[in-house]
Parts: sequence; C-alpha cells; structure tokens
Amino acid sequence: MEPLLEVKDLYVSFHTQAGVVKAVRGVNFTVNKGETLAIVGESGSGKSVTSKAIMQLLPDHSASYDSGKILFDGQNILEISDKKMESIRGSDIAMVFQDPMTALNPTMTIGKQVAESVMRHEKISKKAALQRAIEILDLVGIPEPATRVNQYPHQFSGGMRQRVVIAIAIACNPRLLIADEPTTALDVTIQAQILDLLKEIQRKTGTSIILITHDLGVVANMADKVAVMYAGKIVEEGTVEEVFEQSEHPYTWGLLKSIPNLEANEQLYSIPGTPPDLLSPPVGDAFAARNEFAMAIDYEVQPPMFAVSKTHTAATWLLHEKAPDLSTVIQSTERELERTKRRDRKDFAKTDSIIQVHKLKKHFHMSGNSYLKAVDGVSFDIRKGETLGLVGESGCGKSTTGRTIMRLYEPTGGEVYFNGKPIHGDLKKQDENRIRQKMQMIFQDPYASLDPRKKVIDSVAEGIDIHKLAASVKDRRDIVQNLLEIVGLNKGFMNRYPHEFSGGQRQRIGIARALAVNPDVIIADEPISALDVSIQAQVVNLLKDLQHEQDLTYLFIAHDISMVKYISDRIGVMYLGNLVELAPTDELSKEPLHPYTQALLSAVPTPNPKIERGRERIILTGDLPNPMNPPTGCRFRTRCPYAMEKCKETPIWKEAKPNHFVACHLIE
Amino acid sequence: MTNTNLEKYEVKETEGVFREDSFKVVGAKKESQDTIARPHVGILKESWLRLTKNKGAVVSLVIISLLVLLALLGPYMNEYTYEQTDYDKAFQEPNGEHWFGTDKFGRDQWTRIWEGTRISLYIALLASVLDLAIGVIYGSISALVGGKVDNIMQRIIEVLVGIPNLILIILLIMLMKPGIFTITVAMVITGWVNMARLVRSQVFKLKSQEFILASRALGASNGRLIKEHFIPNTLGLIIVNMMFTIPSAIFTEAFLSFIGLGLQEPLASLGVLINDGFEGMRNNFYLLLYPTLVIVGLMICFNLLADGLRDALDPKMRK
Repeated sequence: MEPLLEVKDLYVSFHTQAGVVKAVRGVNFTVNKGETLAIVGESGSGKSVTSKAIMQLLPDHSASYDSGKILFDGQNILEISDKKMESIRGSDIAMVFQDPMTALNPTMTIGKQVAESVMRHEKISKKAALQRAIEILDLVGIPEPATRVNQYPHQFSGGMRQRVVIAIAIACNPRLLIADEPTTALDVTIQAQILDLLKEIQRKTGTSIILITHDLGVVANMADKVAVMYAGKIVEEGTVEEVFEQSEHPYTWGLLKSIPNLEANEQLYSIPGTPPDLLSPPVGDAFAARNEFAMAIDYEVQPPMFAVSKTHTAATWLLHEKAPDLSTVIQSTERELERTKRRDRKDFAKTDSIIQVHKLKKHFHMSGNSYLKAVDGVSFDIRKGETLGLVGESGCGKSTTGRTIMRLYEPTGGEVYFNGKPIHGDLKKQDENRIRQKMQMIFQDPYASLDPRKKVIDSVAEGIDIHKLAASVKDRRDIVQNLLEIVGLNKGFMNRYPHEFSGGQRQRIGIARALAVNPDVIIADEPISALDVSIQAQVVNLLKDLQHEQDLTYLFIAHDISMVKYISDRIGVMYLGNLVELAPTDELSKEPLHPYTQALLSAVPTPNPKIERGRERIILTGDLPNPMNPPTGCRFRTRCPYAMEKCKETPIWKEAKPNHFVACHLIE
Repeated sequence: MTNTNLEKYEVKETEGVFREDSFKVVGAKKESQDTIARPHVGILKESWLRLTKNKGAVVSLVIISLLVLLALLGPYMNEYTYEQTDYDKAFQEPNGEHWFGTDKFGRDQWTRIWEGTRISLYIALLASVLDLAIGVIYGSISALVGGKVDNIMQRIIEVLVGIPNLILIILLIMLMKPGIFTITVAMVITGWVNMARLVRSQVFKLKSQEFILASRALGASNGRLIKEHFIPNTLGLIIVNMMFTIPSAIFTEAFLSFIGLGLQEPLASLGVLINDGFEGMRNNFYLLLYPTLVIVGLMICFNLLADGLRDALDPKMRK
C-alpha cells in the first residue's frame, strides 16, 4: 500500500502565560491510501493538536513546530508556503469538526457554503458549482437537496448539519479526510447514521480518513489502524484487531478494561490518578505514575517503540527482553479484584419503593402560546436501594424529570411521593427541608457545578451550614475532612479553590457535597458524560461503592447506554418527554420490546472489532422531531420501522411481562 | 505476553542506563496521583498579584492617589481662594507665588484647578454610588424576580436609555439653574442603567448555573443564594464596570461645563477652566495646559486601572 501521509517525529509546543506546554512530543505515524487511522486518547493527549498540525490550523503566535516532518504525498507540509497550503487545505486534505452547531456560517445558505468550497478549488461557474453542491448533498443523505440548498443552517437539525459539514469537507474529493470527534456532539442514533455515511463515502471515493476520537466503540466500528496517544506521544499503534485483542501497553489495557463489559458484572477497572501536566512532562514513561506494573526503568528513561509485529508497535519497557513476564502477576491481581468486588445484581422486584412518580408533567412556557412539553406524563417508581437508570437522547426530558423530582422545577401536573408522602406542590418549610436532606443531586458539568469563588470546604459544607448539621467550626471541619476521604480526595485540599482541580476531582467534590447531608436518594444527572473514559470508571466505581456502604438509592440519568447498563438495576427509556419502556437491566438488554429501545441498543458501538464488523444495525431514519410540536399518538411513529395506522393513537403504558413495562401498540 | 521475537527499534542510546534492578516492577506512584500541580494562592491575593504585574494599572493607581491627595490638600496650600480676584496680577505666567499662574481676573490657577478636580472627583464618587445603590439593586431585583416584574423594569430602562443625556440636561435647565445640582439630578435619572443591565444579565447567567441549582437542591434560601453565591460572583464585574463609568461621568461633567450647561463662573470645574483657557489659548497657553493635563490624567488613569482590574478579577484569566 502506498503511504499518503507520513508524520515523522513531530514535536509541537505552545507558549502560554504559565510556560511552554509540550503538547506533542515525538509522534510518528503513516496513513495509507484508502485506509482509516483512528487516533484515540483522553483530552489533553495531543490528538487534536496533531490533526490541526497536519491542517496547519494551529495559532501562529503561540504554537511552534519544534522539529519533525509532515509528509503529504512526499511533500513536507511544514515547509511549504501559506499560499500553497491554502490550496492543499480543502482540496487535498479536508476536515470535519466536532460541533456542527458552530462549524457552519449561520448567515449563508447551505448550498452557497458547499458551492463555495467547490469553487475555491475547481474553476467552474456559480451555477455549475451549485449543481454540484446539490449532488454532494444528495450523496451525504440530505433529503430533497434541490430545495434545501436555499435554506440556512438553523433550519437543519444537529445530525443534518453534521451531514452538511461532511458535504463541505468532501466537496473537492479530498484525498485525506480528518474527522475530529465527528460524532461526539451527536446522539447515538444519529452517530450511527454519520459513521455509516463516512464509511460509505470512503467506499465510493477511496479517501483516507484520520478519525480522532475518545470513544473506543467508534474506533472498533470504523478503523483499520489504531494509534493510542498519551501525554503527547503515541504509546501503541497497530491494526484494530491487534490493539483491541493483543494490546501490549498498560495504558491500552487500562482503557479497554475501563469500558463496561456488557455481560460481566464485576467492578470496573479504573486507571488511577490523572494524566500528567505537559508543562513539565515526567522524565521517563509519562504513564509510569499511573501504571501498576511500572518498573524502575519507567521512571528514568522514556521507552522506545518496540515492534511486536510488522504492523504493531508499542512504547513500553515491558517489551524489553529483560522485563519480567507479567502474565502471572496480572492474573493474580485480576482474580483478587473479582473476588473482592464481584457483586450480583439484586432483585428489587419485591422491595418497597422510596420514590413514586405518577403522571409527572413539566411544560415550559415558550414565547407566545407555545409550550415545550419536556416531560409529559411519566410514571415510575424507584425502589429502596436500587439504581434506576434513565436513558434517552438529548431533549427527551430525562434531566427535566430528575430536576422536577428534586423540586428544582415546579411540576405542571402529576404527583411525586417520597416514602409514601407527597412532595409536590406547596410544602411547609419544615417538610421541604426534610426532603432536601433526604434527596440530593450530582450534576453533569464538573466545571459549572462548583462556585468558583468558594473554597472546597465551603462548597462541601454548604448543606451542613444550611441544615445546621455541625455543632462547631471544628465539627464542620471534621465532617468535611471525612467526606473528602470517603470520595477519595486528599483532606489537605480543603482550602483549595475549584479551578485547581481536574474534572474528575471536581466531580468527587460534587459527590461529597451531596453526601454531606446524609441523603437516602441521589439523583445523578449525567455525572460522567463530561469526563474522560479512564476517569469515568473511577467515578462510577466510587458511586457503586458508596451505594454499597451507605445504602443509597440512585436515579442515574445518562445518554451513555453502556454505562447505564453497567450501573443500573433497572432502566427506563425516554423518548420526547415520554417513558417508552422500563425493565430490569438484563431483561432490557436481552429482550428490548419497544422499537426505539431496540434501535438505541443497536446503535451503541461496542469496543470489539469482531462484533462491530459482523453486526447488523437498526439505523433509524430521520431526526428527533421538534419537541415543541411532537407527533400525535405514539411519538416515535415518525421514525419507527414498524409504524402502522394504529400508532396515531396514544399507546397505553402496560406491564407486558412481570416488571417489564412498555408503551407500544406492537405489544399486546 | 511473550518477549521473544522482538525487534529492537532505536534502542541504542539507552543501552548504558540499565541497572540490575531496572526491570523490577515497582508499581504506580501513589503520592503523585493525589497531588495537584498548581500552587495554592487565594483569589484576592492572586488578583492583587496580577494587578501589580500590570505596569499601567500600578502607575495609574499612583497617579490617581496623587490627584486625589492634591484635590484634598491643594486649595489649602496657598493663601488664595478660588474666587479671590486681583486685577493687578491678571494673566501671570506660572511663578513662585502663583504656581500655575493666574487667569484674566487674577485668580490663582493652582487653587482653581484643584477645586475643579474636587468637582470631578465628586462626580466620580456620585457615579459609583449611583451604580451601586441603584444600578446593582435594580438589576438584581429585575433578574432574581424575573417574569413580569423583569419585563416592566426593563421597559423602564429602555425609556431612560432612549432619552439622550444632553436633551435631559437642557430640559432640566429649563426647570432649574445650571450647576452641579442639575448634573447630579441628571445622573440620578440615567447614570445607573448600564450597571443595572450588566448585573441583570450576569445574575441571569448565574441563575441557571449548576452550582446555584446544587445550592437550591441543598435547600438554600434566596437570602443565602444572594449572599453566598450571587454577590461574590458579580462583585468583580461590578467593580470593573464602575471603574469604566467613572471616567465617562467625569468627562460628561467637564463637557457640560465647557459648553456652558454645567457649572458657572466663578465656580471652578475642569470644564470651566478648559473653556477659559481655550479662549486665551494663543497668548496664555498655560491656562489651557494644566487643567487639560489633569483631566487627561484622570481619564486615562481610570481607564487603565479599570482595564487592569478587569484582567485581574476575571476568573477566566486564572491559569
């Protein structure tokens, strides 16, 4: 195979106020014609910087290319003139950005934006370019492209916009397409559509793709080759099978193990600690400090790339001939892990419910006479000690449900009971306070959920102060110290400010704050979706341990179905303000009854290339309808593959099997 | 995990460094996982440090202090008063007796300039008090109550913004005599609207932040939310905006006095003095020079200080 792009020993650094950040530290890889290379890594690993370096899109004033070469078609991109680069950018190398909401110009019609990209590189008339734009939009699956070319970006949904972004990228038949987290901002069912589209484009045009992502499922689905990046270096590279099945670098092991396995139920593996600060990268192997198998040499000398096979290389001293054989060590630690942590899913069918939600409604008043029916008649109960997962795509009302139960929103209708007592509507101050102590919430964004002007001790102690749970200042201090230890933080951090912590650490502070009032129920609103994979596992494990030790009940709201499946005892699936299915986790995964649940489960890519290659996906057509004006009857009928005449009537919420509820006309 | 059939790949330079125990598994470094890289500095201290790093802001702060001091003490540093005329000594160049010279009526310029600076500083004080007393409270009530109240309060502001300042003052002069009182009344009517709008939008932004939701979920009362979260998180914005309002208020007063709508002779204000100096610019340039220097100094220094404070207090600048 012919190489199209070769990156050789690339070093990139950024000059910031705080010092020089060595973002990319010696990266080598090759992309051949027609193949897909996936670059995987956590945030800050340098994967996006590498891709922007190839495009020459790094800011001139702060970024510097310290050494190395980027050979595109034999030509060193770092040395050619800006003018020449402009002609390469777009026509030979094109980029698909992460956020389709900001990647398009809102004041220009879609057709013009695509045509502009065509005209910049091909000398054709405006009319011909527009004609070509229509063809391309048709290729990326935009329905009725001839009429839609005259529309503006705001008239397109998120998934459709990403198709347009892809259309602009492929408008000039680029030989290399760089996709930087192309599906991260999208919902899973839309993600499945976009990934399919990228594959189809590659088949039709033979372009090479560099796919930058943190999602190993997407990698398994798309990639031919994988490069794993950590702290500015590629630590392992190989074909997708080699990296997923015979990985050699401890970081890759950690990444693969920290994704919940759908069948097993043991404790998730989590990589301890946080990635190093690239202002002053560690001397030896950057991963050594988090690596339980680190050897003395790892702290002293950077490991070179060892070749495992012709296509597979890894940078770890474990591959040196003098290194000990780890297979025995690993097996024993794993067995130990399993023994101590293995926990069976309890059957909560007969446990009393702690929260009952009955026909809950929350409508938001929008401009004029329109209402956004965010939650429209949802009923379920949460049983004592269980974890109820609530999944659904963005805008389905799952967060609103959580916040309404939490009394952060006043419900428009319906009832919520806590231990049999109503907690909706007007309450006496005393009762209100009692509920506030019994129910707590963990939030999504670890950066926004802590007051930047407050020390950790004051943030954590907020509930203690409000409910006057501490007798003295010393008592307050002791409680906070204890809480920090429970969530695995150093108690010396009490007097620090939130901005000094990493995302995972902040999320732990948020958990400590919720625990401070000794709640019975915790509503976790997307607690891990803003975190990196290895940190997600840490937080999920912490939540599970806390549940075990303190007998907590969770309502776990998330869009990441694999994590929800891992942590939940039962799962509820929401679609456009309605609950469509509710069942115990195992049953829901094995026998989903509602067509939407089936599509949702099938859309999630699993981090296993063999399964990914062979599997048939249910790909939903179209987008989520506008929640301001949802379809009548069954709300899913516009996208449902089995839609029939009867679906115009609203389906009833019924118990199809014991403990398995569903709202669908297909189930009688 | 087999260690056979491995090819070496650029390992030559490392051969010398292996010791006997180099390949012993020592495991992860526990302590390094728990530390945070950044040094610990308090918010106020860090802001102060960043402000003092800004040369322009520090110089401005010194100059402003100096001008304030002179405005307070200057008029008492010689025996003349601002309205005391001496026709024998009209149009004297700066000399040992009259440090900044005398004007057409032989009045001492030094005393008059610092009297004028007092007026400017009074206006600065008035502007900040109005910003704080009316602007901040109006804005926060509007945002915190929201709904219909917010709607009405915003319409009132729009009406106020819609009337140009100059027209308002001319209308007021029809009712009252031109002078410092009229300017004060005009500022009471419109001087605080910008602050009210800024505070409103900031509080609105904060209201939907997750840490406010978290606080409400813990059962915090409105009073607590205001005291513990809203005020500390808007304080920086309030200070900075106040610092930007001050120079524009000073200039407005000077401008009005310059065109004759503000203070009237024999009262001294920087605007009156500059108008005076402007008339005698060709022969007695010093009459224009000194008051101009003072007002330019005040304007530039307040602007530079405001700029420095904005950078110093912005939490986004914290690295």
